[in-house]
Amino acid sequence: MARRVMVDTGPLARVEGEGSLSIVGKKTGSPEVKLNIFEPPRFFEAFLRGRRAEEVPDLVSRICGICPVAYQISSLNAFEGLFGVEVDEQVRRLRRILYYGEWIESHALHVFMLAAPDFAGAPDAMAMAKNDPGLVKEALTLKKMGNNLVSAVGGREIHPVSLKIGGIYRAPSKEALSSLLPELERLRVSVRKMVAFISSFQRPSLERDATLVCLHDPARYAIDGGEIVSNQGLRLPPSAFEDNFEEYQVDYSSALHSRTKGGGSYMVGPLARFSLNFEQLNPVARGLAGDLGLKPPLNDPFQGILVRALEIVHALEETAREVSEYARPTRPSAPYLAKAGTCFGVSEAPRGLLYHTYTVNARGLIERAKIVPPTAQNQARMEDDVRLLVPRIMESDADEARKLGEMAIRNYDPCISCATHFLRLDVQKAPA
Amino acid sequence: MAKLKLGVFKFSSCDGCQLSILDAEDELLSLLDKVELRDFLEASSASAGAPYDIALVEGSVSALEEVERIVRIRKESKMLVAIGACATSGGLQALRNWSRLGLVEPAVYPEPAAARALEKAFPLSDFVAVDFELRGCPVSKTQLLQFFASALRGAKPRLPTSAVCFECKREGNVCLVVAGGTPCLGPVTAAGCGALCPSRGRGCYGCFGPSDDVNLDSYATWLTAHGVDRQSIGLLLKGANSMSPEFRRWVEKNG
Repeated sequence: MARRVMVDTGPLARVEGEGSLSIVGKKTGSPEVKLNIFEPPRFFEAFLRGRRAEEVPDLVSRICGICPVAYQISSLNAFEGLFGVEVDEQVRRLRRILYYGEWIESHALHVFMLAAPDFAGAPDAMAMAKNDPGLVKEALTLKKMGNNLVSAVGGREIHPVSLKIGGIYRAPSKEALSSLLPELERLRVSVRKMVAFISSFQRPSLERDATLVCLHDPARYAIDGGEIVSNQGLRLPPSAFEDNFEEYQVDYSSALHSRTKGGGSYMVGPLARFSLNFEQLNPVARGLAGDLGLKPPLNDPFQGILVRALEIVHALEETAREVSEYARPTRPSAPYLAKAGTCFGVSEAPRGLLYHTYTVNARGLIERAKIVPPTAQNQARMEDDVRLLVPRIMESDADEARKLGEMAIRNYDPCISCATHFLRLDVQKAPA
Repeated sequence: MAKLKLGVFKFSSCDGCQLSILDAEDELLSLLDKVELRDFLEASSASAGAPYDIALVEGSVSALEEVERIVRIRKESKMLVAIGACATSGGLQALRNWSRLGLVEPAVYPEPAAARALEKAFPLSDFVAVDFELRGCPVSKTQLLQFFASALRGAKPRLPTSAVCFECKREGNVCLVVAGGTPCLGPVTAAGCGALCPSRGRGCYGCFGPSDDVNLDSYATWLTAHGVDRQSIGLLLKGANSMSPEFRRWVEKNG
């Protein structure tokens, strides 16, 4: 046999959306590693054409039920930049509370419900709860806090309804947000125990030299905007994204892959943020990182679960501060006039850099839309990680091999639903 | 009594409706303790497979493989429940059904990813009998839990058949259309969200799809009398439920 299937996971469990991993050994050369994504494309970029700019934030939020806020913020950044809208600083702070809420919810979901079972030797969090009900319940209260923050600002947990170009439809009252403070304060303490629990896991390790890419914001640990930076010294405005990164299609994935122009795969997400923006991480999270012996740069994807846990700590600290300082905006939204032009918007979704660009015509309608989600960008890097693990996979028995392969993918908390939003009408012109 | 065998499945969608199950943080552990979870790929790597007493299905059918899959799940399930706008009406991705893109022969595209896509995105009910629908983009967590509460008791689940407008009145909101000429689908959209948008000063954009007995022609005339142009009405209807018959008919007739 020229080909030997070394790993074929079948549908991957505990990731958002559906895909599978296959590793096929060949007679000569290195094995073939494929992250197969078979969810059908949903053609978002095609049907956004002809829609009004003001409709876009609510339409694109439907690309992802896990990180709808990220899609709303990246699109708002694009349009508000083009239309020259001055968004009130109090509104920006409120939007960040919303976004931190999404980070907390999404990270807690991944860390405790999707990834932790790998280390606990359980099929799911419900089975983990049978051994340690206290921990799983506390993890759920943490996840719930994320959801409560999104609801308090956005109206509901999934596809929140409060944001608009120029600001927010209605800002929550001081009382509504303050009512979350006692539980926030409690979680700020109890989360440490959960981080310690996560750090107690025996994790595999994979030191490699990946290109790490994220946003950098001089004012804070980047979340709602910034410049694009990398560990290779890159520093770009959002508008230069496509000059430096390109997408390409492979026949086994309904999500476009990404690479640096003239280079290879790269990684976006918590590891990149931690490595490149460590100085801005909240001091409490930084202190915990020190206690755990984690320091930047971190280039081992199996540390991802721990870095996500630290980002939960960061988000709780920042949110507690923002909520206690909150003053209801006096100008919830600023008026604007739609203008023609091409605009760019970026933000840090829980899974990493989320890039949007739109061309708006003179009637304020979308002519062209392009959205590059973090999971699509990470696909090629996920496969590279698995390639590096092949020697270890070959030494393992079938079960262990499959588990290691799955964990290498789960390290990225892939959101396949996000990644398969695409198929642009102009896809045929994309580089092969 | 034997536990209900539950399966949760995803088709073309954003993941949000099945996430709503995991978002029931207070109820999740006790809920899952009362059912036998046989398949829920997003939450568990354990898979016991068919048969299912209840299959909750998220997403629209928009690829050939999905047709085969939904037919199989139907055969394996006593009760099939469509959760969310994608499953009940095709969802936001069914907006492609309105454009030329939906008419293009898949074979025109050299890319296999495109070739696998059906020419349109369809609701589950176009292929199989659906026993119950939970509307919304996303579904309401409250309605989801109400559904489980009924199903666990062996009772027939019930949901409100009224419109968002009624919920809005109960919230005591000033009518956005009357007071400000803001386009709002509240009177023609199924209740379930608690008048989320109008309570925040924005018009309803129809996440839950048409309510019972809607008269869109009449309502559109009334909206235009309050200064809303017909193009805005059409765009509002072309949201997550544009393929629901009532919304679709109006847009087809009025452009």
